Parts: sequence; C-alpha cells; structure tokens
Amino acid sequence: MKKWKGAIKLVDKDISEKKAKYLQKQNLVDFIVPIISIIAGLIVGAIFMLIIGAEPIKAYIVLWNSSFGSLRGFGEMLVNTVPLIFTGLAVAFGFKIGLFNIGGDGQFLVSYLAAAYIGYMFQLPMYIHLPFALVAGIIAGGIWGGIAGYLKAKLGIHEVITTIMFNYIALHLVGYFTSGPLKAEGPLPATPKIFDTAKLPRFVPTMRIHYGIFLALAVAVLIYYILWKTTFGYEVRATGQNPDAAQFGGINVARNMVLAMFISGALAGLAGSTQALGLEYRAYQPFGFVGYGFTGIAVALVGKGHPLGVVLGALLFGVLSRGAMMMQSMVGVPKEVIEIIQAIIIMFIASEYIFKYLARKWRERKGGVADAS
Amino acid sequence: MLANLTALLSTTLRMATPLILAALGGMFSERSGVINIALEGIMLIGAFTAMAGSYFFSPWIGVLAAVIVGMIIAAAHALVSISFRADQIVSGTAINIFAAGITGFLLRLIFGDAGQSPSVQDVGTWKIPFIKDIPVIGGVFGEQIPFVYIALILVAVSYWILFKTPFGLRIRSVGEHPAAADSVGINVIGMRYIAVIMSGFFAGLAGASLSIGLLDLFVKNMSSGRGFIALAAMIFGRWTPQGAMLAALLFGFADALQMLAQTIGLTFVPRQFLLMAPYILTILALTGVIGRSTPPAADGDPYIKEEV
Amino acid sequence: MAAGNNLAVEMKGITKRFPGVIANDKVDFELEKGEIHALLGENGAGKTTLMNCLYGFLNADEGEIFINNKKVEVTDPNVAINHGIGMVHQHFMLVPPFTVTENIVLGKEPTKNNMIDYKTANQNVRDISKQYGLNVEPTAKVQDISVGMQQRVEILKALYRGADILILDEPTAVLTPQEVEELVKIMESLTDEGKSIIFITHKLKEVQSIADRVTVIRSGKLIDTVKTDTVTTNELANMMVGREVILEVEKKEANPGEVVLEVEDLYAKNDRDLMALNGTSFSVKRGEILGIAGVDGNGQTELTEVLTGLRKKEKGTIKFKGREITKPQTKRLFEEGISHIPEDRQKRGIIMEFKLYENLILGRHDRKPYASGINLNNKKIKEEARRLIEEFDIRTPSEKVQAKSLSGGNQQKLIIAREFDRKPDLLIAAQPTRGIDVGAIEYIHNSLIGQRDNNKAILLISLELDEILSLSDRVAVIYEGKIVDILDIEDATEEQLGLMMAGAESEEVEGGDQVG
Repeated sequence: MKKWKGAIKLVDKDISEKKAKYLQKQNLVDFIVPIISIIAGLIVGAIFMLIIGAEPIKAYIVLWNSSFGSLRGFGEMLVNTVPLIFTGLAVAFGFKIGLFNIGGDGQFLVSYLAAAYIGYMFQLPMYIHLPFALVAGIIAGGIWGGIAGYLKAKLGIHEVITTIMFNYIALHLVGYFTSGPLKAEGPLPATPKIFDTAKLPRFVPTMRIHYGIFLALAVAVLIYYILWKTTFGYEVRATGQNPDAAQFGGINVARNMVLAMFISGALAGLAGSTQALGLEYRAYQPFGFVGYGFTGIAVALVGKGHPLGVVLGALLFGVLSRGAMMMQSMVGVPKEVIEIIQAIIIMFIASEYIFKYLARKWRERKGGVADAS
Repeated sequence: MLANLTALLSTTLRMATPLILAALGGMFSERSGVINIALEGIMLIGAFTAMAGSYFFSPWIGVLAAVIVGMIIAAAHALVSISFRADQIVSGTAINIFAAGITGFLLRLIFGDAGQSPSVQDVGTWKIPFIKDIPVIGGVFGEQIPFVYIALILVAVSYWILFKTPFGLRIRSVGEHPAAADSVGINVIGMRYIAVIMSGFFAGLAGASLSIGLLDLFVKNMSSGRGFIALAAMIFGRWTPQGAMLAALLFGFADALQMLAQTIGLTFVPRQFLLMAPYILTILALTGVIGRSTPPAADGDPYIKEEV
Repeated sequence: MAAGNNLAVEMKGITKRFPGVIANDKVDFELEKGEIHALLGENGAGKTTLMNCLYGFLNADEGEIFINNKKVEVTDPNVAINHGIGMVHQHFMLVPPFTVTENIVLGKEPTKNNMIDYKTANQNVRDISKQYGLNVEPTAKVQDISVGMQQRVEILKALYRGADILILDEPTAVLTPQEVEELVKIMESLTDEGKSIIFITHKLKEVQSIADRVTVIRSGKLIDTVKTDTVTTNELANMMVGREVILEVEKKEANPGEVVLEVEDLYAKNDRDLMALNGTSFSVKRGEILGIAGVDGNGQTELTEVLTGLRKKEKGTIKFKGREITKPQTKRLFEEGISHIPEDRQKRGIIMEFKLYENLILGRHDRKPYASGINLNNKKIKEEARRLIEEFDIRTPSEKVQAKSLSGGNQQKLIIAREFDRKPDLLIAAQPTRGIDVGAIEYIHNSLIGQRDNNKAILLISLELDEILSLSDRVAVIYEGKIVDILDIEDATEEQLGLMMAGAESEEVEGGDQVG
C-alpha cells in the first residue's frame, strides 16, 4: 500500500489518552460548578445577614434544623419539595430537547384547577377517582405546554415568549373560573371541596406531607427511564443536542418538540394537581403566581438537567424555603434573603460560561493553535 | 356618560405609561439584538429606588436615582449576556428573581414592613393651562402625572433617535446584520452595551412611574408582570416606538376597563377576560393572525466574530 | 516583480491559524497600482481568509502588511477603510430592510441638525453612481432589488468611503452572464481611474479574460504569481488542483451490475431560494463507484440532501432499485437501502455529546435488535458497538466515551461503521476523508473499494480530485447544478476534469489563451 501524499489540507492528530482525560476533567467541572454556585449563594446570603446584624452561622443552623431537626419539620420541608421536583423535572425535560419552558407557573395553575374540578365534580371509588383527577391535571398541563411546543415547531415562535404569555392567561383564566362559574357557595374564593376519594392520602393526620412525594419520586425515576431507556427519549436527547444530526437520522424533529413540551407541561402540571389533591383539597383563586415554575428553573439548573440532580436540587430549595420562615421568626432574618440566595445561585450557574470562556482564553494564550473543536 | 369616558381615557393613559416606558427600553435593547427579559426586575428595583429616594430626599431625586440604578443593573445584564455570552434568558431571569429578593429585603430592613413602604411624596401632577379647559380632552390630557407627558415625549424622541439619527441607523444595523455593521467599522459590542443600558434607563423610569407616579408608595412585587406585558407591547408594536405606544395604550385600556368596570356598568364581560386580552393579542400577533410580527434578524444571537 | 514604489498592497509572510487548521501559511501577495489581480484557488484554499486579514476583519497571526509602501497594522475594518481599502464580500454585507442609500452611508452618514440628511445622502449616492457608471436606485430597499444591483451597492459602499483598492470576493458567483459582462466593464473603468482591484475566484475563465495577473493559492500556501497572458488555462488548472502523487489503491477491475440509482433531470433550490440543481442526470450501478467531482458550491450539497430526504426537489425523477421515489423521506430511505456519509460530520453525522454506542445506532435506534417497542436494549446496543469498534478499527478507550473526544478520523470511521453496517444497496459518501489523517484515509478508501467489490453501488462526492481519480470507476463533473459529462476512469485526466470543474470547455488540449 503506498502512502497517501495528496493535497492534504488539515492536519489532525489522533486522540491521545491525554485529551480523553482532559475532556473527562471537563465533565468534572460540570459537576463542580453547581456546588460552587450554591456555596457562593450561601456566602452572599451570609453577607446580607451580616448587614442587618444577624448571625449567619446561627441562621444557617436554624435553617438546617428546621428541616432536619424534627419529624414535623422534615415533613413540612417535603411539602415544599414535592412541587419543586415536578417543576424542576419539567424545565429539565424541556432543556433536554433544547427548549426553555418558563411556563411552569401557568401549567401549574391549569392543572391545579383541572384536578380540583374532577375532584369535586364526580364521586367515584378512590382507585378510579384519584387517578382520574391526576390524569385530568396531566392533560391540562400538557396541553398548556404542548401548544407552546407546537408554535415553536411549526412557526418558529420562541417558546420563552409564548410560555410567559400563557402563564398570565392561565392566571386570569383560573382566576375567572374559581371566582365565577366554578366557585363554591359561601364566602371562600375557591372551588368546592373535593371528595375524599380524590384526595392524596397523608402519612399522618398531624402533618401536611402527603403521598405526592411518592408520586414525585416515581415520576423522577420514570423520566430517567424515558430519557435514557426508550427510543423516544433517545430522539428527544438527540434533537436537543443536534437537531441537524437528528434529522439526518430520520427523527421527526417537529413532532418530538410538541411531544416533549406536552410532557414538560404535564410535569409542571403535576405540581399543581398534587397541590390541589394533596394539600388544599380545592382550587383557590390565585392572587399571583406561587413561583414554583420559576424556582423550578433554578432547580433544573442546579441539578444539571438530570432527574437525580433535580431531586437533590428540589431538596435544596425545599430546605431553603422551609428555612426561610423559621429564620425569620427565630433569628430575624428576612425571608427575602432566600430569594437573593436563589438569584445568586442562578447567576453563578449562568456564569458557568464565564468559567469556560476564561479557561478557553487562558488555554489559547498559552497554546497558540487551540485544540480542534 | 362623558364623565365616564373621560375617566376611562384618563386612566388608560396613566396605566399605559409604565408600559410605554418599559416597552421603549425593551425596544432599544432588542433593536440591537439583545433580548431583555430583565425589564420586569429592573422596573421593580426602579420602583423601590424611586420610593426610597423620595423618602430620604425628594421625589425627583427618587426618579434620578431610579434611572441610574436601572442603568447599572442593565449594565450587569449586558456584561453577562454580551461579553460572557451567557444565555440571555437565564441571565435576565436571575435578575428578576434577584430584584424580588433584594427589594423585599430592603423593604423590611429599611422600613420594617414586609408588604409595603410608608407613603412617600409622589411627583404630583402637571397642569397644562389651555388644554385643561377643553371638554373631555382637557380631562384626559389637561392634568396628569408628569410621567404621562414624559412618556409621550420620549416616544417621539425615541422615534427620532431610532429612525432619524445616525446612531439609530447603526443600532438597527447591529440588530439586523451585525456582520454588515462590523464590516463598515461599527463597534457591534459597544452598540449593544449602549442599547441595553438605555433599556435600563427606561425600565428604571417605568418603575419610578409606578411607585411615585401612579401611587405614592412601594408595594412588594408591585411590577406584577408589567415588564412582561411591556415586552408583549413591544412585540405587538413591531419594535417601533409608535407601535409600542399604541399597543401599550391598548393594554392600558383593557386595564382601565377592568378597573372601572363597576362604575361604568360594564359588568357582563368578566374582568379576567379583559386582563387576559394583552397576552392573547400578543400571541396572535406572533402567529401572524394579526399581521406578521418579526423581530430584528439577529435578536438573541451573541455576535461572534471570525465567523465570516 | 515590479518596481517597489508601484505597489498598492504588499503582504509578506501572512500566517493565520484557526483551531485545527492553518488557513494561511506564510503567504506573500502583492498588488500593483492600476492592475486587476486575480486570487485563484479552490474553496477552503485560504483566499478569503487572506483578504479578510487585509481588510482587518481578521487579524493575521504572523506577517506584515504594507499599503502604498507604508507598513500598517490593520486591526479592524476602520483602519483598512482609512487607508483606502474597500471589500465586497461574497455573501453581501447588506442590511436587507435598509434602503440602498442607508446601506451605502452606514457609518459615515451626512448629517444636518443631528439628523441623517437623507436628501444629501441620496444625492451623494446618485452622484457617485453616475461617476462610476454603477446604476442603483437610492431609495429602494435592499431586500427588493436584484442581486446585480445589490452587488453594485456593495461596490459603491467601498467607493463612497474613498476606496482606491477594491477587494471583490467571488463577485461573479451570483451573477447572470450579462451581469458579469457589465461587471467586467465596471472593473475596467475603475482601473482606468487609477483604482487597483483584487478579485477572488475559482473560475478559470474569468481569470484569463479579466485579470492582468493571477496568484494561485492551494491549501493555505502560495503556489505562484504569474501574468495571465503567459499561462495557459490548463497550467492554471494544474496549479489550482494540484498534481501530486496519487494514491494507488490496489483494486480489481470493476464489475458493474444493474442500475441501482437513476436520477433524471433533477431540480432543487438551495437555502437562498436559488436553483442549485439545474437538471442533474446520472445513474449508479451495483459494483461500481461513480465519483462526482466539482468545485464546492455547484450543487453537491443539495444533491446529497435531496437524495437522502433532507431537501425537497422541485422537479425531476429519482428511481431507486427500479422504483420511483416521489417523496424521499429519510427514515424510509434507510429502510429501502440507502446509506449516507454526510459531508459535515460534526453537523449532520454525529452527536458530539452522545457516547459512541449511542451514535452508532442513530437512524436505527427504533429497530430490532436495538429496541423492542419503545424500550432500548442498552446491553445489546453496547455489544454491537463493541463489535463495530473492533471491526472498523475505531481508536477509542471504550464504547462509553463521548464522540467529541475522538479524533476527526475516528469520528469518520464511526460514521462509516454505522452506515456500512446497515448493509445498504447504495452508499452515498460525501467528502469522506475531509480533515482526516493519512492512516484513516487509507482505511476509508479501502473500505469503500471493499464495499464496491461486495456488489454495492457507491456514489462518491468529493472536492479532492485525487480522491475521485483514485477511487472512481466512472467520473462525473458537476458544474452549476448540471452534470457536465461522465467519463470512464481510463479516459479521465486531471487537466480535463479541472477544466470541466471550472466551467471551461473540455475540448482544449493544447493551451489556448482565449477560453470561451
């Protein structure tokens, strides 16, 4: 065999063990950034606490104890965590197909209402009624997200704008129904109470934590399974990473976008349905967004878009949220500090690009010809 | 009847004013190619700053402070999105969350109350002598909070800047075809920074109009989505000052309608449908049902050189 | 060459690197005052990069630039513009919703009272338009005018800023023959006025008829600079495409069988809505390799996209294994037996973030044995991946590594492994060895021959003439969306192919100076 000596343009070295190891280190960086961001957030939070004369260490101890110091506290913390697992999964699933679902709060609300509606409109045995109500919630949230997916896939309209719009439409729509046609008799601005057969059981009557936590964890596992063990999940991930290659591989990009946004909306919706069926037992007129949708974004970012990470992230924000009330009453730290911490965490994670950018610049200056990217 | 109409139009102008201002800001930013989701947060911080400024000094100092702080926050957004090429949506969302947190925090810290600040001195109203006496129009335009007049003037000024000056031409070129602008020596990055900081100016002003214009105090989360409605007005108005103004007026009208529904006897339309109207209209505008609304071509894409 | 003080531009030792490639390798270039100088080379040779360095759009890593005998650090376009250099880019740098005048004066707007003085601006445009004979409509929006007029606007943009030195990048690429004639007249009148022009091209015809001198660049290196009336077209073709030792692949005689693919009169548009395929016709038989040679941008990309269901055709028929395919759909084509090695492996061929075993099932991920129903059979997938890695000699620590950690050559082997394993009847290979090292190239070439000997039909599309010549049994040349001619490999010579690729007539044997 004679050697090739032609008009070679590009020189391309074979990958050595060194480069493979370097890239593996990259993945390690991906892991460290969320941790650094959380620490940074806590530090900034501590600074704000110092400004108002509170003691950060004491405050953070209260924060910890409020969730892990007692069974009751633990339960309350989980109450906050459940919806965050769902909205975090919703945003994460959207990320997987390359879309940004900011519509969690709206999907939450329509699902909240739909579940409550089924809950009081029908009277059926529990093993039918509860699933029925949950399915209604899933479909409602799914449609709310799916429409945005359709508009993006077919008309190219940015999903961020549409999902924000849909948030407000949901807010007012649900507001209308809960104060008008579906309002219960009496002074309460809410739908009638749901039947017992539609309620998510509680662990003990004295604590608010309900079986929704099982559902949340099960759904997290399910999402993991879907994404990495099914053909659909494969297509979703492929489309999100490289739509051109996905198309080349015969994948129907548009169809997958709509389906993925439906699922994303359904997930956020489950946060709402479990709220109605497990906690409030009716749909109250909303006076603003609860904010689980937005927090879900932070959860998904911290969890790096992976279901396990999302659960841990939800746990983190659940602890922060639970701790907020306690820190305020016991140490005098305003609960807004939690929001500040949250924002700092997101900022730092967004700044991941800064780290990578600076690292790249530094390498370039040292190396001359940069690595083949 | 006439009194109702006057009240309606007058309220429309007032409710539309924060939207007009914020929409103008969003417009400049997006015209240069940067999405500014953080209008909501900057507005909120602006509202707080204006209130605090009025509390400690005077209303107009408050306005000045609001505008300056707005520009600073916008500069941070610009730094992260433009120079560090972070995702513009994530960065903007972080600012919004931060704004909610810090205003609540400071509210508690400085004023000891979690829900709202004490009443402060607002900017009052301006009277226009001759117009005031004309029926209906006088009631609407004759005496209003200064922000209304400022907003209307700024619409004209923005139009002039954007479409009549070299600066405006260059900003638009950067948003439509940054490579073309670069090829004639225009500093794309610099222009984008300026445009984003300008949007901070407007959003800060919009916030001031809320806390010491429409009201005379700061309420927690008082921007309540207006920043997003302003974006909707901008889109609906096809990224032009006059369009944004008209859209904002339309949205303000819906708002005024639902506020005065009881007094003017409009009870058959549920108030929530009026509240929903701006958002539905925006989506329809985007889908092209009400005329195609296309953003500047390079909107949202970081400009990366060496991709010629 | 000429007396030193007559040089408008001199570039010495220009070197520009990008990640993984040296775009310009110590290139020297000079432009005399008042001349039309052509910069000739294939796509990717480095011509545009060199000019972008001159214009300040890019900064060279090494080398010096002299403008009018003064050393200049051209850090950005403003510097170049101030020294009288103007550039008309291949892809126009015009803002579509702006008017002609707005585009021309952008950055140097005449003002009155802080406003743009449109009246003066429009008049200025009319004036220089008349001065140089470049007809434009000042108040028309750029998105509404013809391509020819858009180009004139681009030229006026440069002249408005006082350019004495004009760089035109592939100016005739988008023009009709008549518009080309007009452009030539314009260029000649400009040089009569004392301007100097550099124009970048890959078309031989133009070089000889328009330019005074020509500089040939190949693979980032300067080949030579000659006067156009002292060379023949053939010689230029040789300089452009190279005449190195060709790989001699040991291959048996071809034994072509039945026709597997038949393409008749195919028409398709490109992304800019222009017709890229203008009645392409050819056929491929089992057991043969049909190579399609051509300069980049003559329809190859669109051809492969149409044949693989990624672009729709306007007109024409495609018959596969005897049956007409009216609406090619990627998935179905895979099932029918067409495989495709894409020309841009990072864009279309692999998903960098995915692991090797995930990439190896792309396109078959929902078929047995990789999946049953909706469930993926990861164990089996990994098994098969290991088999393919072994069989195709993909150098990697394991199948679990991400694709982005592989070298270009191994990434390409990954794609080949995947596509060959499908056991297709027709394999379309587009630029299969682009950016690959020697060892992998050898391997890939032998694999293709192997498939051919296995009675498969192979359609090879390549920008490397050497590759085409060493692998193909029959050679076709595509030019401006049409198959110019199909030759048997014995009858195909480099000169001939080079001429056809550049749009020249294939009758020329002895060097004639007039072409076309």
